Amino acid sequence: MREQWRGFKGNKWTDEVNVRDFIQNNYQPYDGDESFLADATDATDKLWGKLQELQKKERENGGVLECETEIVSGLTAYGPGYIDDSMKDLEKVVGLQTDKPLKRAFMPFGGIKMAEQAAETYGFKVNEKYHKIFTEYHKTHNQAVFDAYTPEMMAARHSHIVTGLPDTYGRGRIVGDYRRVALYGIDFLIEEKKEDFSLCGCGVMTDDIIRQREEIAEQIRALRGMKEMALVYGYDISQPATNAKEAVQWLYFGYLAAIKTQNGAAMSVGRVSTFLDIYIERDLKEGTLTETEAQELIDHLVMKCRMVKFARIPSYNQLFSGDPVWATLEVGGFGMDGRHMVTKNDYRFLHTLENMGPSPEPNLTVLYTSKLPKNFKKYAAKISVTTSSIQYENDDVMRPVWGDDYSICCCVSATQTGKEMQFFGARANLAKCLLYAINGGKDEKFLDKQGNHMQVGPEYAPITSEYLDFDEVMKKYDKMMDWLASLYVNILNLIQYMHDKYYYEAAEMALIDTDVRRTFATGIAGFSHVVDSLCAIKYAKVKTVRDESGLVVDYQVEGDFPKYGNDDERADEIAVWLLKTFLKKVKKNHTYRNSEPTTSILTITSNVVYGKATGALPDGRPAFAPFAPGANPSYGAEQSGLLASLNSVAKLPYEYALDGISNTQTINPGALGHDDEERSEKLVNVMDGYFDQGAHHLNVNVFGVEKLKDAMEHPEKPEYANFTIRVSGYAVKFIDLTREQQLDVISRTCHEAM
Amino acid sequence: MTYGKIHSIETFGSVDGPGVRFIIFLKGCNLRCKYCHNADTWNPEGSDLKTASELLDKAERYKSYWGEDGGITVSGGEPLLQLDFLKELFHEAKERGINTCIDTAGEPFAREEPFFSSFNELMKDTDLLLVDIKHIDNEQHKELTGKPNENILDMLRYLSEIGKPVWIRHVLVPGITDVDEYLIKTREFIDTLSNVQKIDVLPYHSLGKFKWDELGIPYKLEGVEAPSPERVENARKILAG
Repeated sequence: MREQWRGFKGNKWTDEVNVRDFIQNNYQPYDGDESFLADATDATDKLWGKLQELQKKERENGGVLECETEIVSGLTAYGPGYIDDSMKDLEKVVGLQTDKPLKRAFMPFGGIKMAEQAAETYGFKVNEKYHKIFTEYHKTHNQAVFDAYTPEMMAARHSHIVTGLPDTYGRGRIVGDYRRVALYGIDFLIEEKKEDFSLCGCGVMTDDIIRQREEIAEQIRALRGMKEMALVYGYDISQPATNAKEAVQWLYFGYLAAIKTQNGAAMSVGRVSTFLDIYIERDLKEGTLTETEAQELIDHLVMKCRMVKFARIPSYNQLFSGDPVWATLEVGGFGMDGRHMVTKNDYRFLHTLENMGPSPEPNLTVLYTSKLPKNFKKYAAKISVTTSSIQYENDDVMRPVWGDDYSICCCVSATQTGKEMQFFGARANLAKCLLYAINGGKDEKFLDKQGNHMQVGPEYAPITSEYLDFDEVMKKYDKMMDWLASLYVNILNLIQYMHDKYYYEAAEMALIDTDVRRTFATGIAGFSHVVDSLCAIKYAKVKTVRDESGLVVDYQVEGDFPKYGNDDERADEIAVWLLKTFLKKVKKNHTYRNSEPTTSILTITSNVVYGKATGALPDGRPAFAPFAPGANPSYGAEQSGLLASLNSVAKLPYEYALDGISNTQTINPGALGHDDEERSEKLVNVMDGYFDQGAHHLNVNVFGVEKLKDAMEHPEKPEYANFTIRVSGYAVKFIDLTREQQLDVISRTCHEAM
Repeated sequence: MTYGKIHSIETFGSVDGPGVRFIIFLKGCNLRCKYCHNADTWNPEGSDLKTASELLDKAERYKSYWGEDGGITVSGGEPLLQLDFLKELFHEAKERGINTCIDTAGEPFAREEPFFSSFNELMKDTDLLLVDIKHIDNEQHKELTGKPNENILDMLRYLSEIGKPVWIRHVLVPGITDVDEYLIKTREFIDTLSNVQKIDVLPYHSLGKFKWDELGIPYKLEGVEAPSPERVENARKILAG
């Protein structure tokens, strides 16, 4: 046993990489309450104070403090950087993406035009030489994708029937197992990868083997780069971490390598809490660390996660409003052996929201089951009630699929840590698809050069009757969905191929098994509106309103119809049908690198953008109004209260949406109870009841609409500086949303008391 | 089989009894409290008619949220005006193992028949009553609600005699109930009871005013503000401290 592993138990993990085995052999479940927690230290207060000043300046500057214009980001592109040079000794965890805090790196490999535009938007000009370099001498991911797109793909992209595609930015969603850096040190990891390299192929050079060999070589180079990067800060990470402070630092260096080299939409930290607790417990026992110091380490790690920034273009910000990076980090959960995995460190991570106030990042996620210790459930609920900053995901439905060492790789999607990677692929707009079924593939909004409705989908026969007939609509919708699923998968195949080729995630993949399992994550937008529209057609009378060209542009509904979100079986069975049908259609297609297709019902804040591109629907949603986010029922459709709404969403089978089913609920504090104690208890009841039915995810907001309205009108009030709210799949500072997004959030259902 | 006259359902009740509760609002009430925030439940006309089984089937869709303490609460309106229905509802609820709670102002209570034996039968299937003391002073009570309070206080005494758990609720209205003298008297009365588990002070709010406007009834507390946090704290101290 190595000296750095003193006191650790188990042997499988010692001769090959197996972090799960290490955790299972060494972690201590904690059943107690939060009374052991320590307050923020002076150092934390000072550093966080400084960071808040910088965040304020950033906001005053229009959202970006500074953009790099001269240096291409890379592992060793910069010398050391600190929150404040005069206080650098206070930083227990060091390492910045660039040389200065909140300065955004220049990352041209996803696309040079986007990198230039992002800087220009905020008044910075990238050195002109890079334009030449990244157009003439080096191809970018973006250029490669557009080289290969077909006209049909371009049209679908233009009309937003397929949208949010990672063709102008990094695909993200790959979680390196950053714990490996701490447990094994880089040298051990290089040796393992070298062995994989020597075993890669039998000498016959197929496409797959050539690509694999090149990728392993890239990974080894990235591992060496990580060592150099750490040396810049004066740390040698070639060997395992010897104590908790080093473990946190080593792990963070692994994550830092990822965010220095990739600007993926989601850059998750992963399931690190229980792992780090093992080191902290050892130090506490050896008397080399106090609880206050342990909390300080976690506070400082979290502070670093709150600082992750990427330069984004305006159209990206419209999709994913509020500058999110999805530095998702998990606490809680159960082990396969029946022991819960809550440790003191899970409390410490949640406690950062008390020590440093509410914050959207890291995207703290509680892996929930009603079997978690009561104390922990109540503490998490209390943090929700007081900060609205955390989300919950059902460990009972994820554990059977992903085991007990999965991470959340985006907002809500699970991935086996260090074993899997994901091909992220945005969303198919199933609401627009329904309109294409009615209008024979013609777009209701976008016109072609001749000024006619653009023919985006196949020219199937449109519906010509005045009133819609359910059977006819369903028959046509089925065919149109076949077309969409197939086109969508093929667009993603193309994007993922080019991303592997031109923007490969060497640093993250270096911390994942060479023999990696790949998932292919598709997604659905407009879910609730399709369900309610089909209900309207089936249970009420829907009259078409046509423009002069004969295209249906509006609908008049006569009579009542059931709606998704009321625990009404008639609507909810259509919801289940829609999900299952779409996934089955996706699965008919070949997916790149034999990845396993999954789907999701989550839209982030892009529900506004998707809605903007989509005409009126038979459910009564007006043209170009926002969709409901994720799997949420539509605005105003929920007539039977919070629990009825939750029951509807809980019916969606997770097995058909392994990439996640996102649900965001806002509850008025008064509707939860008289005081925070009672509110926490009632919230635990709500979550137990929801998740015990097999539901997947819940974002919980506890505040009233009045507070939102006031924050929108008076963003300068100090109490709103860190006012954090959960939106579909992540958290944002409310005042960082666009006004359009703010109005959308305000219009959503807020469950009030009678 | 008796039909209940139902005003509405709330699937997520968090403050009307222990745990998370399924709340059935009945229609019809003889009190005309000036601060009533459910004025639309006064008139028994125009209600939905539902059987006990129908309601309990629906309620049980939410059983998973109830935890160890939750269940159903019947509110209103005045539930005790529909005793026969309530008996059926709670009897079947107990057969299904559901915790039962009544949110009442006690106005129909009488120790006379036919009410009394029906009431006693209902109490066998009732786990908890939330009883609203509108005003401790009989004259003031009449002024505030249109009815005297003697039988209401008598109901509380009776519930104490039979050892039935109650939570007392008291709405704090500036100038009407938010008067130390009355609060102290209320406390003295509560102290004579042996079955009180909890005392809730509910600060007056005007959120139900729009319902009066919709019904075309002039709102009686126009211009009355919510009590200050200090006064709420004062009332809590006097009543429950």
